[in-house]
Amino acid sequence: MAATSKNQAANVPRGTRIRGKWNKQSYQVIKKLGNGALGTVYLADSNRGNVAIKLGIDSMSITSEVNVLKQLSMVQGTVLGPFFYEVDDWEMNGKCYPFYVMEYINGEPLFSFIERRGKEWLGILMLQLLRDLGALHREGWVFGDLKPDNLLVEGSPPTIRWLDVGGTTGMGRSVKEFTEFFDRGYWGLGTRVAEPSYDLFSAAMIMINAAYPQRFDRPKKESELFLMNKIEKSPLLKSYKPILKKALRGSYQNASEMRQELFSLLQGVKSGASNRSTIPSNSRVISRQKRQKPKKQKRSGWIETVLLFAFILFFYTLYLVGHVF
Amino acid sequence: MKKGTLRQILLITDGCSNQGEDPVAMAALAREHGMTVNVIGVLDENERTDSGLKEIENIALSGGGIHQLVYARQLSHTVQMVTRKAMTQTIQGFIHKELQSILGAEKEIEDLPPDKRGQVVEVVDELGETMDLEVLIMIDTSASMQHKLPTVEDALLDLSISLHSRIGQNEYALYAFPGKRKQVEQLMNWTPQMKDIHTIFPKLSSGGITPTGPALKEAIEAYQKKRSKRGLLEDGGYFEESGS
Repeated sequence: MAATSKNQAANVPRGTRIRGKWNKQSYQVIKKLGNGALGTVYLADSNRGNVAIKLGIDSMSITSEVNVLKQLSMVQGTVLGPFFYEVDDWEMNGKCYPFYVMEYINGEPLFSFIERRGKEWLGILMLQLLRDLGALHREGWVFGDLKPDNLLVEGSPPTIRWLDVGGTTGMGRSVKEFTEFFDRGYWGLGTRVAEPSYDLFSAAMIMINAAYPQRFDRPKKESELFLMNKIEKSPLLKSYKPILKKALRGSYQNASEMRQELFSLLQGVKSGASNRSTIPSNSRVISRQKRQKPKKQKRSGWIETVLLFAFILFFYTLYLVGHVF
Repeated sequence: MKKGTLRQILLITDGCSNQGEDPVAMAALAREHGMTVNVIGVLDENERTDSGLKEIENIALSGGGIHQLVYARQLSHTVQMVTRKAMTQTIQGFIHKELQSILGAEKEIEDLPPDKRGQVVEVVDELGETMDLEVLIMIDTSASMQHKLPTVEDALLDLSISLHSRIGQNEYALYAFPGKRKQVEQLMNWTPQMKDIHTIFPKLSSGGITPTGPALKEAIEAYQKKRSKRGLLEDGGYFEESGS
């Protein structure tokens, strides 16, 4: 049905000028960046500099993605997903192609970055990913189609970025877009209800995928045991086993819980392996960690001491004030 | 607010019909009754047959639904996706009519400025998530499908995982054709849960007949029976009248 028009939207030659029907902005195509199920992404030049344009066929699905991007742009303080610029239609040869314009993320695919820079980056980038997921979840969204293909590592210091947020789903709804290997429903380990644990399962599968680039199919049954064996057999994953296990079982209530455990696990690994600690280079990680992770067992004792001290100080101040006046 | 129910017939087959009524005509009839007919053609790994392809496409076209040809191993992902897409398509079709009655004929969603479309999409998403859904699944169990049936079973379980993650209610019924004694056999009556289906999956009749047309006819009758059983207490809903 849409085969011919699809080809036109999927093969826009270099140098073509895409001009918006409504906002009249114009963009010059530099090259094709990739093909998705719902459209083709191009790198283009504009008065904003380099931007990425997603050119689609179906205006409903393009609009649906724009809704998500707009929502994510409203999340304060954190950059989740590519920054959204505008949405418009392009009329060419009597046909109308919907498109939207977003920030161009000039990054490297997650696994090729880890391959090039070293395996220790896996845990660190996961810390970043979990921090961003936590922010997304707090806004009432779930990523849904979380997989390496949707993640890029950009810039210096290397930062993980989300490329395609098309699968993002409102909390409590059903995840519509997913990739089998990263989907807990496929492994028979949970529903497709959009909730934090859905994304955390996918995050664990991304780590497993890092150790098994070829991926693998599910077994007929006992898939949890099967995945545990895969983790056990991989030197890379073995040290992450406690958190992977909990994430696959859906035991984490939220991303920061998993992040904290990964963080302490990494600290343990680092101090055992070398004195050089890689983690403190990320200041955001540290500040959050200070705020959110007091030592569990001693906490109540500390609180009591601090409270007592504060009380004494308070009354002493009152006494002093009373004395002065 | 009662939102009504979406009614779908999902036909899973691997080839051409060769007995009874024309399935394309039966699909058109189903559409008149306000149902959507989706067809999934299951191919063997090295298969590239065009024989059944045209019919599969035509059944879905006249049934107002979606068709897809897949290799057996991609079946799970496809079944839930086709069901989803068809729901969205039906809802969009309905919204489209409503829009036309507001904006005037000839107006499409594309005539709205892009910023306004967002609200339309939100309504479609909302309905797709919350509307009740009834799916009547028709499985071709002719000899050539035999070794694909375990995959079909997996795909149906996968479908139920996806649908049960929605907020709206779901009901399923399962039929096989050809049946043991008759052309079409009911494997599972309407039920909200699709579990234990491996116990009811037939050990399979052999033989070369594929009565797709009669199967669709049976599906329409099953829906009508369900509706009359539900009686006059409940209004038939919103969407079934939208079939033109």
